Amino acid sequence: MADETMTFDQTPTQDVETQNKVASAERAAENANVGAAISRVDGPLKVTGQARYAADFSVPNPLYAHLVISTVGKGRITGIDDGAARRVKGLREIYSHANKLDNGSAPFFAAGGQAQQSWEPFAEPDVRFYGETVGLVVAETILGAREAAAELVFEYESQDPAAVFSASGVERQEMPDKSTTKGDFDSAFEAAPVKIDSDYETAPNVHNAMELFATTAHWVGDKLTVYVPSQWVKGFQVGLAEELGIDEANIEVVCPFVGGGFGGKGSLFTWVSLIAAASRDLGRPVKLYVTREQGFTTASFRAETRQSVRLGAAQDGVFQALEHTGEELTSRADNYFVNGQDATIRMYQADAIRTKLTTVHADRQTPGFMRAPAETPYFFGLESAVDEIARELDMDPVELRIKNDTMVDPVDGVPYTSRSLKECFRQGAEAFGWSDYTPEIGSKNEGEWLIGWGVATSTYPTQMSPCTVRIHLDVSGEARLQVASHDVGTGAYTVLTQAVADELGIPVEKVRVELGDSRLPPGTIAGGSISTASNVSAIMIACERIRQRLGLERGGDNDLAAAFENFGQGGIEEYAEWNPPGAKKNAPKTLYNGKVTIVGGPEESYTAFAFGAIFSEVRINRFTHEIRVPRMTGAFAAGRIMNAKTAKSQYLGGMVWGIGHALLEAAEVDPRTGAYMNDNISEYLVPVNADVPNMDAIIVPEVDDKVNPAGVKGIGEIGIVGVAASIANAVHHATGTRLRRIPIRPEDLIQA
Amino acid sequence: MKPFRYQAPGSVDAAVEAVDPMGIAGQGGAFLAGGTTLIDLMKLHVVTPPSVTDVKNLGLDTIEESGGEVRIGARVTMAEAAEHPIFVERAPALSDALWKAASPQLRNVATLGGNVLQRTRCPYFRDNVSPCNKRDPGSGCAAIGGINRLLAVLGTSENCIATYAGDFANALILFDATVETQRAGEGPRQIPFDDLHVLPEDHPERETMLGDDELITGYRFDLPDWARRSVYVKARDRESYAFALASAAVALDLDGDTIREARVGLGGVATVPWRAREAEDFLQGKTVSEDTALEAGRIAFEGAKGYEHNAFKIPLGRQVVAKAILDAAGMDISGASDSGAGGTSATSEGAN
Ligand SMILES: Cc1cc2nc3c(=O)[nH]c(=O)nc-3n(C[C@H](O)[C@H](O)[C@H](O)COP(=O)(O)OP(=O)(O)OC[C@H]3O[C@@H](n4cnc5c(N)ncnc54)[C@H](O)[C@@H]3O)c2cc1C
Ligand code: SF4
Repeated sequence: MADETMTFDQTPTQDVETQNKVASAERAAENANVGAAISRVDGPLKVTGQARYAADFSVPNPLYAHLVISTVGKGRITGIDDGAARRVKGLREIYSHANKLDNGSAPFFAAGGQAQQSWEPFAEPDVRFYGETVGLVVAETILGAREAAAELVFEYESQDPAAVFSASGVERQEMPDKSTTKGDFDSAFEAAPVKIDSDYETAPNVHNAMELFATTAHWVGDKLTVYVPSQWVKGFQVGLAEELGIDEANIEVVCPFVGGGFGGKGSLFTWVSLIAAASRDLGRPVKLYVTREQGFTTASFRAETRQSVRLGAAQDGVFQALEHTGEELTSRADNYFVNGQDATIRMYQADAIRTKLTTVHADRQTPGFMRAPAETPYFFGLESAVDEIARELDMDPVELRIKNDTMVDPVDGVPYTSRSLKECFRQGAEAFGWSDYTPEIGSKNEGEWLIGWGVATSTYPTQMSPCTVRIHLDVSGEARLQVASHDVGTGAYTVLTQAVADELGIPVEKVRVELGDSRLPPGTIAGGSISTASNVSAIMIACERIRQRLGLERGGDNDLAAAFENFGQGGIEEYAEWNPPGAKKNAPKTLYNGKVTIVGGPEESYTAFAFGAIFSEVRINRFTHEIRVPRMTGAFAAGRIMNAKTAKSQYLGGMVWGIGHALLEAAEVDPRTGAYMNDNISEYLVPVNADVPNMDAIIVPEVDDKVNPAGVKGIGEIGIVGVAASIANAVHHATGTRLRRIPIRPEDLIQA
Repeated sequence: MKPFRYQAPGSVDAAVEAVDPMGIAGQGGAFLAGGTTLIDLMKLHVVTPPSVTDVKNLGLDTIEESGGEVRIGARVTMAEAAEHPIFVERAPALSDALWKAASPQLRNVATLGGNVLQRTRCPYFRDNVSPCNKRDPGSGCAAIGGINRLLAVLGTSENCIATYAGDFANALILFDATVETQRAGEGPRQIPFDDLHVLPEDHPERETMLGDDELITGYRFDLPDWARRSVYVKARDRESYAFALASAAVALDLDGDTIREARVGLGGVATVPWRAREAEDFLQGKTVSEDTALEAGRIAFEGAKGYEHNAFKIPLGRQVVAKAILDAAGMDISGASDSGAGGTSATSEGAN
């Protein structure tokens, strides 16, 4: 809606004291709708080493497994010479397609199933990509397993893989049903007086969570316990049951702590059923540690994209036409895509909008979720393009974004449940000092440093999923929440503790939260930033029932002992299901079948997104061409914030990762083989502390009473979105060079 | 890792008697110091020596100075040397090169013997699969025509373009150091540091002139007063904990603005620790200016050969050399001898 736009006022309207207040997320707790900034309830367990991650669980008398991965990018295994490997002391067994284990496959997660890919490991001698799991060695010791694996010789008949966009053998698949059209883009773009037409590229990224992948399988009779890092224990349980051909009631998947998931632990790894089946075959527990290098190819990743943006505007900056098209790499067999254009087209008003998606099937592993899967790559394209047109229009890039802000979804014409983008830009600009921005290229340079400032819009759709919880409260005032949701390092233990304490009117010290076990009531997959909104909404129902049954008042000064006296029992337990509006009626029930329902973002009668603004300063040394980000401010409005401290660390973590996305992270694929040539964290770089000197995340207060009962929008992913564009835009401001491919590296700024 | 025998003899003589060769011809003996290169490559099965000979009981862990000559034991750690006042105050290029290398954890265990002999990070060498003349002589070189962004532009051959990835050696080379070694049944040997590493040419598997049982016991060099005016500039993708894209060690002997003598070492761009002697000759007698510095950089990279992804190192290296010259020239070394903390360069910034 054009009349909703306003001019951005660059003069600070707040006094210094208020500025300081908004500049610190901790202090933002004083603002409305922000929960107490308590420290992580599981912090002491983590820093004292008592938190048990999947690989930390000990089982009696285990065997150790090691994966063997393919060393050709495409072909067939023609023979396996295991003579030397079999002589390794302590070797128990070598598995491959030649002596296939007794397991099958579960459906691909993006097709409604749970598995990381649609094909079954070891089913055939074919190799589909470099680094695919083709063998499993099991021995008495971990070193023995590795040694034997190194002695194994797989013989291949290999073909040239088509592993990158530019390879001739890739197959393109157009996805017309994923396209959006509004108005007549061609005529509107043709008629627009000011326009840009640019192509962008993003690199393949690998999660590289601190916690390596691992799996332990332990059978007792026909009951199987699996310890595996997981963002979805229920899905793993159901998928595994299908793969192993056993009743899911006989499987428990345990993973109380996750050392970073980032989407990489969201779908069922191919090796889990191999380990379980090997354990069943050998009659002993089996433990697998996947090495850092193997983690690059045996799990999922964020695929490379190629995008093009055409954007047309009137002389006054009002956008008239926006087209965003994308190509995404995927595996031969699986049509995985993220289609981030569906979010980019909802950022700004425009009468004519068009998107197009093409997937490109190549000889690589199947991609999967990675932090803000859709938005991270596509906002690099959109927000770079907006900066480009701001230059063409000679307009302040903040002002231009505010001018095109809209309170109505430009695609579907429905209102946003809430949208505080302007306020994010206002508070972010104030904290960053944007009023000192001078648009001339190089105008901020100092000595041997080229200095530039850049901004970008950030967003993440507010999504929710059905969730079930069980809460127990006893007469001593102790409460226990049980739900098969996850804390992937985000602070879920803490904020769910706070939610229960708040709803029942008891101190946080009295609340115990159990997560990460498939036997608990099924909760949410830790993805899509859905966990807090969905779990808290379910917690609210259970707690309300407890309050009703005990006659407690929410927020009141309740006498718990008296209430239990009246109730006549020493404890009370409530199981509750929450089903978000828009989901099918039976959606909570299907949670038990390992099905995920996610609603939100663009819906029929509303559109729900969280918004943010990212401001970056870059410094580029004139001689060394090193690109550094000494300063970054993010301002985010995401409805109710459960805990200012954990929220701030989610935002900052995302922003730090954004620096890596912009300047460092790229899996280097050798087109001749399809191999990742930097499969270690010495050469696959992420930011270190010295790369993030001065960062701030501002919690912009926002109340959203439409989005869900909890009023929570989800904050796990928004922090990274837009960061790459804000940095690329700052690089342009510093140097005059517009770089449309990330990561941006020193060589991109060197004129040979 | 393949099983191996571990031994930790108590004397230099016993160590050189006991050591097994590394497993690849021309790779020296399998001495174990900090292990940060050796154990890493053993885990990757790139080297598989039948035994490793730990040097931990050999002493060789002091830094001494007498009569203007400095001696560094081969077992001195990177961290100890980086902090040592002799280097911090009187040869900042040496301490800078160490500070800017690796990470604190690595520097705490890695030794200067091992550091100088660290192996290339060429990914095709490390993957243990690809054709690689260095790992598997005669098999070819997958890096030429492959992903070669981090590989070398100077001193390459058609058989190998692997970068010498270390930092310290590129600064030590400025000082005409001598490497002290010992072999079984022979007395100590003295090798000019410049000669220690050998160009890949037709035998990239051979990286140094050390024999299969030869132990480095230490380094020795005269420390001139003008070494106070020395810097190590390291361009890298991130601010800390990354190998050099291009680096330059520069020491200048100045007379006012005029360069009496210059020393220039290069890193991250060459197959061996590199001394840019033509650039040094050019600088002699010149007045310090940005143009002169850039011209010296250009001369330093004359004859460099770029490949698909690393050609940028030639213009980058040239400018890194220029910055190092300007930074060294801009150092205020007047009070350095009596200020315990002095000695870092005036304009070079950055964490370690
Ligand atoms: C992630 C990572 C990042 C790094 N970054 C950098 C960096 O930025 N800059 C940099 O310079 N280095 C870097 N390094 C390399 C590191 O500095 C070296 O691995 C280390 O200095 C080697 O020393 P060491 O004592 O551990 O050697 P070892 O691994 O024990 O030995 C290395 C080699 O030297 C031989 N050797 C050791 N001592 C002797 C001796 N006295 N006589 C004869 N032979 C001997 C060994 O047999 C072996 O071949 C990095 C390493 C890693 C793993
Ligand atoms: S550059 Fe050298 S080390 Fe690298 S693959 Fe070629 S021969 Fe091997």
